[in-house]
Amino acid sequence: MMRNTFIKTLIEQARVDDSIFVITPDLGFSVLETFREEFPSRFLNVGIAEQNAIGVAAGLALSGYKVYVYSIIPFITMRCYEQIRLEAAYMNTNIRLVGVGAGFSYGAQGATHHALEDIAIMRVLPNMTVCCPGDPIEVEALTKESFHHQGPMFIRLAKNGEVNIHEADTEITLGKAISVTHGEDLALITTSNMLEQGRQWVCEWSAKGINAELISMHTIKPLDIEKINTLIRAGKPIITLEEHSIIGGLGSAVAEVIAESGCGIKFKRVAVPDRYSHTVGHQQRLRKHFEIEKVNLKDVGIRWEVENNEK
Amino acid sequence: MCEKKNSKLINIKKNVVKMTHVSKASHVGSCLSIVDILYVLYFKIMKIDVRNPQFSERDKFILSKGHASAALYATLAERGFFAEKILEEFYTDNGKLPGHLDKEAIPGVEVSSGSLGHGLSIGVGMALANKLQNNPGRIIVLLGDGECNEGSVWEAIMLAPNINLDNLLVIVDYNKLQGFGRTNEIIQQENIKRRWQEFLWEACEINGHNLREIEEALLKPQKGPKVIIAHTVKGNGVSFMEDKLEWHYKSPNEEQLEQSIRELDGL
Repeated sequence: MMRNTFIKTLIEQARVDDSIFVITPDLGFSVLETFREEFPSRFLNVGIAEQNAIGVAAGLALSGYKVYVYSIIPFITMRCYEQIRLEAAYMNTNIRLVGVGAGFSYGAQGATHHALEDIAIMRVLPNMTVCCPGDPIEVEALTKESFHHQGPMFIRLAKNGEVNIHEADTEITLGKAISVTHGEDLALITTSNMLEQGRQWVCEWSAKGINAELISMHTIKPLDIEKINTLIRAGKPIITLEEHSIIGGLGSAVAEVIAESGCGIKFKRVAVPDRYSHTVGHQQRLRKHFEIEKVNLKDVGIRWEVENNEK
Repeated sequence: MCEKKNSKLINIKKNVVKMTHVSKASHVGSCLSIVDILYVLYFKIMKIDVRNPQFSERDKFILSKGHASAALYATLAERGFFAEKILEEFYTDNGKLPGHLDKEAIPGVEVSSGSLGHGLSIGVGMALANKLQNNPGRIIVLLGDGECNEGSVWEAIMLAPNINLDNLLVIVDYNKLQGFGRTNEIIQQENIKRRWQEFLWEACEINGHNLREIEEALLKPQKGPKVIIAHTVKGNGVSFMEDKLEWHYKSPNEEQLEQSIRELDGL
């Protein structure tokens, strides 16, 4: 659903903006064909060569194009990382890296296709904007933002089957977190494809009388520091939830803000532990294996389970 | 040969040696192997406007072997892109000109470079853009022979003939020395011209220090992407630097500077 929303939104813009260009290093079968058919001169398959894909994108971007380079996340971020550092970030060009397969989206394909380090390595690059939309509505809005954004962007997509979490008219702005639900007991901040699971948790907690603020942090960079500081000032316990390594992603970014705030609050990162999967499994199976499908509220000082049991 | 033109060329070479002496920066040998090529490009071939360096139909030059930045800076200064005095700010604290190219630093630098193997891909993108936009500007990329060890160079070589880039021209600075020794001892490329041809490029070989040969090769019309293998000598024009690996890294001391200047003046 995210992939299709992205390409549909892009095609609509390409009809009115002839600077839109798509490059693929030979991936995107059954996704990119519609773009290729309608705009053959603004579509290029460079072959299985990600480094060259970024370089060619830079040459086009330096000549006035907005270039979307599309591939599976590990390949579009890591195989060509130095090209991204220099051609996209250092030269501050209008290259958009569109990566599909957030986290364990390609679960049973094995660890080569898992995307667990991308947020960390993309957010460290100066000039790079990092978008991790949580549902198709966010994908559409952030893709639209990319049409007018100056400088490089990384757009982290899931794969398919994602449900809409937001209403169609929800205001979505690059760099501004969205509060999906309001609640005083704690804040659950999710990013990328974990928004749906976050909503489930919040519903379950709500049924038990715990009211959580569910936040979709669809932009990791620039991070909505103001929002996090508001939570800190309110003394709300914070849980972060992401399908990404526990090192360097959303949890780290939020931890940095908390650490510099001078305030101690209860805080818990739910993320993939610092190891690769040698277990075969689809997305849900791997979430379970790495224990990112559950959280114990006692970790942020909420003892409802104990209290409930005592009653 | 016209005296006046030669004096510009000699001045570029002298400036390169002076810059590396003052800054104690390396790569003087790598610079001297391409100055003749840069001179022909910037004084005879390329469509540029020093008063309006960004004009859209200009020819664009990418120095992919970004460690030879001093040669490009000295050429751009001689051509009038900026004051010669700025060359004193090469590789110094608070200076304007970094050791490897930053396109934000100074007018006339199209692409930031210094990590090897990036330039040709960018050139392919620029050449493709020009074709799509009916822009007559040519894209010229200069690669080092050692740089051709990088796999990304070959990714770009493989793609270019597929998209009919008759506006893309590559010059390989074939000086036959790289970081650790003879190019052929590290990665054999005796058949360098044939390699490009096998990947469907037009290719020719020239003496990269013969101004007439350089100019003729650059002016010849091309049907697709074309490479000029320029046989060059590292440290060209300074006897004790010529074809010596150590001048990839050394910078001339006071005495060596004086001798270099004397020899270059005598060219």
